[in-house]
Amino acid sequence: MTQSYTAAESVDGALAALGSGARPVAGGTDLVVGARQGKAPLPDSIVAIHRLAELRGVDLDGDTIRVGALTTHEEIAEHTLVLERLTALADAAAIVGSHATRAQGTLGGNLMNASPAMEVGGPLMCLGAAVTLRSQAGERSVAVADLFAGPGKTTATPGELLTEVAVPLPHAVTGSCYARLEYRQQMEIAVVGATAVVRFVGNRIEAAKVAITALAPTVRLVPAAEAALVGSDGGRAAAELAAQAAAEASEPISDVRASEAYRRAMAAVLTRRAIEAAVARAHGVSVPVPASRFLHGAG
Amino acid sequence: MKVPLTLTVNGVAYPLEVEPSTTLLRAVREHVGLTGAKEGCDDSECGVCMMLLDSRPVNACSYLALQAEGRAVTTVEGLAADGGLSPLQQAFLEHGGVQCGFCTPGMLISATTLLAKHPNPTEEEVRIGLSGNLCRCTGYDGIVKAVLSVAAAGK
Repeated sequence: MTQSYTAAESVDGALAALGSGARPVAGGTDLVVGARQGKAPLPDSIVAIHRLAELRGVDLDGDTIRVGALTTHEEIAEHTLVLERLTALADAAAIVGSHATRAQGTLGGNLMNASPAMEVGGPLMCLGAAVTLRSQAGERSVAVADLFAGPGKTTATPGELLTEVAVPLPHAVTGSCYARLEYRQQMEIAVVGATAVVRFVGNRIEAAKVAITALAPTVRLVPAAEAALVGSDGGRAAAELAAQAAAEASEPISDVRASEAYRRAMAAVLTRRAIEAAVARAHGVSVPVPASRFLHGAG
Repeated sequence: MKVPLTLTVNGVAYPLEVEPSTTLLRAVREHVGLTGAKEGCDDSECGVCMMLLDSRPVNACSYLALQAEGRAVTTVEGLAADGGLSPLQQAFLEHGGVQCGFCTPGMLISATTLLAKHPNPTEEEVRIGLSGNLCRCTGYDGIVKAVLSVAAAGK
């Protein structure tokens, strides 16, 4: 049972509270639900950080897109810079929860909740994003790919607050996509998800990243899928090879939402669809955001 | 240990004392006494608890009441203006958008935010926009027709 609640008026105030053992709450969408489900009781001491306006917003800073930890999914999904340059992140942010979740839930909270089924993790990993973790002792930068330690677990220490996500501005001829398998269009989490980011030089893929979601204890990059794409034209044959690699890299569980075998089979399908949409976008073909809805029934 | 909280709901400031773990839904229903918003799944699945927080939707079952301090909370009771129903509320009645009525408060809040953002939605946009709100009676058809009729009337 929570004994103490404070609303931080500054980042330093929040860090001091965290240093004294408080746990942060922003949009509340995971914390309160998690407590009721018995996953984790509400912390004894809570510091609310929702008033920290300096941790909110999307800005271009030289070659880096900086997204404040308190930026909501709604703000991310509607931001022109994100839609145009970090399209996979827009695909993901646009389908988190329902419009109520997206209006309150924050990027920082979503990342630190560390769900293996989170939508934004794959896009951020594939786009080479890093987070800033601040504590009273200082701050450090951690690649999103190194942030997750397991379901609900991160490599951050309890005194650290995620304050910002920095995403390198992708090369101009880059296409990206996040697609998920879903049973319902809102208040859904990924049954299986896949992210692809491809960078072209001429008609060849020069660099690629692929990540799988809800298929392993954490969102995970698939180097073998990337290797299958680099040097190719990004056509069906290469996409199929990469999709197969993604399925082989999966370690899915069976639960109420899908069996292990079904998840593994769908890993290949979703990965191929994400790659094909990323390739199309790199070539200037419009694939609506969020892609998941559009790609349903894509074959 | 209870903490003082001034909660502004539908323009009225209510001085309350709540536990830090009290949700916004519980504070509004049990402390303020406005019972329009319902507790359904209590798990952010069904949307019947939906309210507006500074004009943006929130599943009030999953939000700490203390975080609403200094902000404007709007419940379904606040949608009716000047003693009459809002156009959406009236349209729900006329198009059969209400059967048992349990989902209606959340559905109305959800539809209100949908139309505020997309004044002229397609049927598909309405269906997707409201799919975070579950209804077990109507089959959604009357609800969708009601929302579309208000959008059409606003053109």
